[in-house]
Amino acid sequence: MRRLLWPLVILAALLAVNVLFTPGFFSIQVREGHLYGSLIDILRFGAPLILVALGMTLVIATGGIDLSVGSVVAISGALACLQISQDAGVFTAVVLALGLSVALGVWNGFLVANAGIQPIIATLILMVAGRGLAQLITDGQIITVNDPAFKLIGGGYLLTVPFGILLVLAVLAVTAFLTRRLALGMLIEAVGGNAEASRLAGIRARGIIVMVYAFAALCAGVAGLMISSNVSSADGNNAGLWIELDAILAVVIGGTSLAGGRFSLAGTVLGALIIQTLTTTIYSIGVPPETTLLFKALVVTVVCLLQSAAFREKVFKRRARTAGAQEVAA
Amino acid sequence: MKKERDVVMAVPEPILRMTGIGKQFPGVKALDGVDFRLLPGEVHALMGENGAGKSTLIKVLTGVHPVDTGTIDLDGVPVAFTGPLEAQRAGISTVYQEVNLCTNLSVAENIFIGREPRKRGRIDWKRMRARAAELLARLDLDLDVSAPLEAYSLAVRQMVAIARAVDIEARVLILDEPTSSLDAGEVAQLFKVMRTLKGEGIAILFVSHFLDQIYEIADRMTILRNGRRVGEYLVSELSQVELVGKMIGQELKELERLHGEAKRFDAPLVEARELGRPGAIEPFTLTIHEGEVVGLAGLLGSGRTEVARLLFGADHAGGGEIAVGGTPAALRTPRAAMGHGIAFCSEDRKADGLVPDLTVRENIILALQATRGWTRPVPREQQDALVGKYIKALKISPPHPEHLVRNLSGGNQQKVLLARWLILEPRLLILDEPTRGIDVGAKAEIQRLVVELSDGGMAVLFISAELEEVLRLSHKVGVLRDRRLVAQLPNDEELTTEVLMETIASGGRP
Ligand SMILES: Nc1ncnc2c1ncn2[C@@H]1O[C@H](COP(=O)(O)OP(=O)(O)OP(=O)(O)O)[C@@H](O)[C@H]1O
Ligand SMILES: [Mg+2]
Repeated sequence: MRRLLWPLVILAALLAVNVLFTPGFFSIQVREGHLYGSLIDILRFGAPLILVALGMTLVIATGGIDLSVGSVVAISGALACLQISQDAGVFTAVVLALGLSVALGVWNGFLVANAGIQPIIATLILMVAGRGLAQLITDGQIITVNDPAFKLIGGGYLLTVPFGILLVLAVLAVTAFLTRRLALGMLIEAVGGNAEASRLAGIRARGIIVMVYAFAALCAGVAGLMISSNVSSADGNNAGLWIELDAILAVVIGGTSLAGGRFSLAGTVLGALIIQTLTTTIYSIGVPPETTLLFKALVVTVVCLLQSAAFREKVFKRRARTAGAQEVAA
Repeated sequence: MKKERDVVMAVPEPILRMTGIGKQFPGVKALDGVDFRLLPGEVHALMGENGAGKSTLIKVLTGVHPVDTGTIDLDGVPVAFTGPLEAQRAGISTVYQEVNLCTNLSVAENIFIGREPRKRGRIDWKRMRARAAELLARLDLDLDVSAPLEAYSLAVRQMVAIARAVDIEARVLILDEPTSSLDAGEVAQLFKVMRTLKGEGIAILFVSHFLDQIYEIADRMTILRNGRRVGEYLVSELSQVELVGKMIGQELKELERLHGEAKRFDAPLVEARELGRPGAIEPFTLTIHEGEVVGLAGLLGSGRTEVARLLFGADHAGGGEIAVGGTPAALRTPRAAMGHGIAFCSEDRKADGLVPDLTVRENIILALQATRGWTRPVPREQQDALVGKYIKALKISPPHPEHLVRNLSGGNQQKVLLARWLILEPRLLILDEPTRGIDVGAKAEIQRLVVELSDGGMAVLFISAELEEVLRLSHKVGVLRDRRLVAQLPNDEELTTEVLMETIASGGRP
């Protein structure tokens, strides 16, 4: 619980800044049977990032990393849109897109677990090749589709709530169930915390590693559907560009160590919300466009410093020491 | 002996004095108003049960943890180190209990890391290797110093850490359980070096759970119990029985012969035939029966651990076969071995055993959970019952299942690892140095447990550098030398530690 303290503080601070600049920031209304409001927007636009970050959390917990999720986002969206544009039906399109995503994840997992390639390199391969694959699927064009059923995934509403938010909640619930109610979470943490000890304890580390990469790719695939559905088109070049970095950031801000081991799903969700809120904040407080990246980097640096126990200890220790010294001097 | 005593009698000014040291960890008061002093030219033993606060005292002294209360004086000057490096610069050289070396670096690099000999600004590799070999020779160790440390066993790593520490120009040398995985030979070498250093006026703080070693090398001792100082004594003043009484706060029931009447074994459980692995262990044939305790004795690097790893499928065998319960079994992975009811408690709890960031409970149920797969979690009530039972049986302290294992004392970590395998109720339990770092009281408990289990029909393969322990528990002792199983001796009246040592030395040849 204590680990979630700082992310919560930071999120609250960002929200407070927004309220200062946009007085109606917290208001949520129902318009034409749909929920509207800035907070809803943060959740809605943040949904793909939360999904990708959830998958990334499990990968990082095993001591790995997945750089290819952005490409998988593009591939999944591209394949779905291509299928729909060829009148394949939304259901088939979605199943094919997610199936391909999982297959790509299994490939990543295979490279890491069986071929023993460093995760960063293994997934870099797909990160680069995947963009090419996405462009191959779209033939280098932007495919636009117009299908109301497909539109639901990223842009639609169910019972007044944006469908994307519901989807995220569902994935979160399933992930939490698998990892915390079943024993998957502990085994993942064991593999990430001490791989050799896990092997000697009889854990099928390889199977678990393949599984988490497949899961991360599945999450990325769903995110890809959301993104392409929201804009009703697939852009092999730009869909999901840099999302892997935001996802990694979200995981780290959420308190999961890049070294593997303990992970926190709630922390990751908070981390992703922080990043999405930051993006919103940049617009709402009117940071000039040419400085947005710098501004974002600055805030992220501060966030990471606050998250670092070593940094906090140093700052607080120094204070305690100087205070102590003053007492002695007095 | 007499001469040493005279030196001690004329008490000089202490090099180091710790006064009223207190240290609180979340939920645990590790140290409570502890006074401690260290005189020049003495070997001072720090004694206490697992979790008494020995390592913590060393860590607050060397700045790993800040102290909460109390003062530390070095040569009469108050000091507060911010880390081991600073302590080292002030002349305190330390080997911590959990040996921290970089296993991917070479032996020589590990010895000189941070203080590499240089020539015109560049690292002088040649001199570094030569010096390293020299230092190791002093400990009677002949290693390839440019080989990565991971090629060597835990005991060798421990020796390398010691070699590093004794080379550093220091006035205070701290050794926290340096001998926990060493054989008699290495211990003797270490003691020789310690005596030399002591003669040079260096003050040595020594922690060990081997009472015989304390009585051999130490001049004075300070006893801790539950974070409090019981007292400081001259070793010559206090008998072993008194010492143990002061450490655990009660009398220790001595156990001599653990096994009653001789048992007959006629149900072979695990039979290894010409099992071997090139470079690690030559083909051996070994039968372990139900209810039998087979001990393995041999020197460091003789292949004891390798035998265990082959039987558990931790390494791939290069040839030979294994039968379990009469039917051939392919033990290619630990998982497969576990499927046949074999469990292996490894000697290096840090590298091959525990997951430090998981809790005591999670570490204990890890293997059980692994056998069930992730889809069938061990029900929480069952977890709590099992974990509670073993926390009590092994006296794991502090007795909190939700504490992180990394925060436990070394001996208590070892107990957690042991508990992990005991709850599996295996048919064959392989114990590789199971009592490493465990205090005298708990050690007796564990030995009693082994006997109980074997009486209940469990087969045990018991590996220990302590020959007495092997003799006390085993029905049969396998002797290894130079990666070969050279003899298998029934444990009858004629088998003594002397006979065992002779067999080890002669390699089984008359
Ligand atoms: N970093 C830490 N966080 C929390 N508790 C700790 C930490 N380090 C030690 N402790 C606790 O402090 C107590 C003393 O531990 P310490 O390691 O000093 O014991 P020890 O005497 O060295 O025992 P052993 O013989 O097993 O090595 C134990 O109860 C331990 O659980
Ligand atoms: Mg200790």
